Amino acid sequence: MKNGYRARNHPAYWAFVVHRGSGLLLAVFLPFHFWALGQALAGAAALDGFLRWTELPLVKFAETGLVLLLAAHLAGGVRLLMLEFLAWRDWQKSLLAVAAGVSLAVGLAFVLNVV
Amino acid sequence: MNLRNQVLLWAAQRYSAMVLALCVVVHLIVIVYAVRNGLSAAEILGRTRGNYGWFAFYALFVAAIAIHAPIGMRTIVAETFGWRGAALDALTLVSGMALALWGWRAVFAVFA
Repeated sequence: MKNGYRARNHPAYWAFVVHRGSGLLLAVFLPFHFWALGQALAGAAALDGFLRWTELPLVKFAETGLVLLLAAHLAGGVRLLMLEFLAWRDWQKSLLAVAAGVSLAVGLAFVLNVV
Repeated sequence: MNLRNQVLLWAAQRYSAMVLALCVVVHLIVIVYAVRNGLSAAEILGRTRGNYGWFAFYALFVAAIAIHAPIGMRTIVAETFGWRGAALDALTLVSGMALALWGWRAVFAVFA
């Protein structure tokens, strides 16, 4: 039962899953992000050629996912830093909710601007 | 890995995270601001070309990423697959250096 689903199904476990999953996906995305920006070495036209591809709805959808992942990893990471470096206070229990809220707000701001 | 180096890795992961927390907030603000009218090379390069402030910011951003991401990946690999040891530590170091060089190349690309 120690490793059973019921033992893991609590908010801090899901925060761990989100932090690990978002970190992994962001790390995989990074080399492609750097490659895309590197297109500018061949001039503005080359970068524009790539940016036209990012106008596709499916790519925009993926971009929104990436912004959400980045915001979630940021908020979850700040939560971890506060847990590890600040003295324990009762309000730190609320950090999970704050982290989730901040991530959603950033994701929504991106969607509203990009669509 | 000996205890001292494990503590060093832990500290590097946390202190790079503190730098990244500030960089990512700035990055997210710039992203949301930049996509308002669609992305264009002219707009991106107009902001970054010859701008030493953005150059320094992104160079620092990349350095923190190159420290943070490989240490995180090392933890994930060790905990998921049980792979530990000198080979994994060497891979962590090499991927960190590669990520730094690849990232700084991108920073240079939008600055020069």
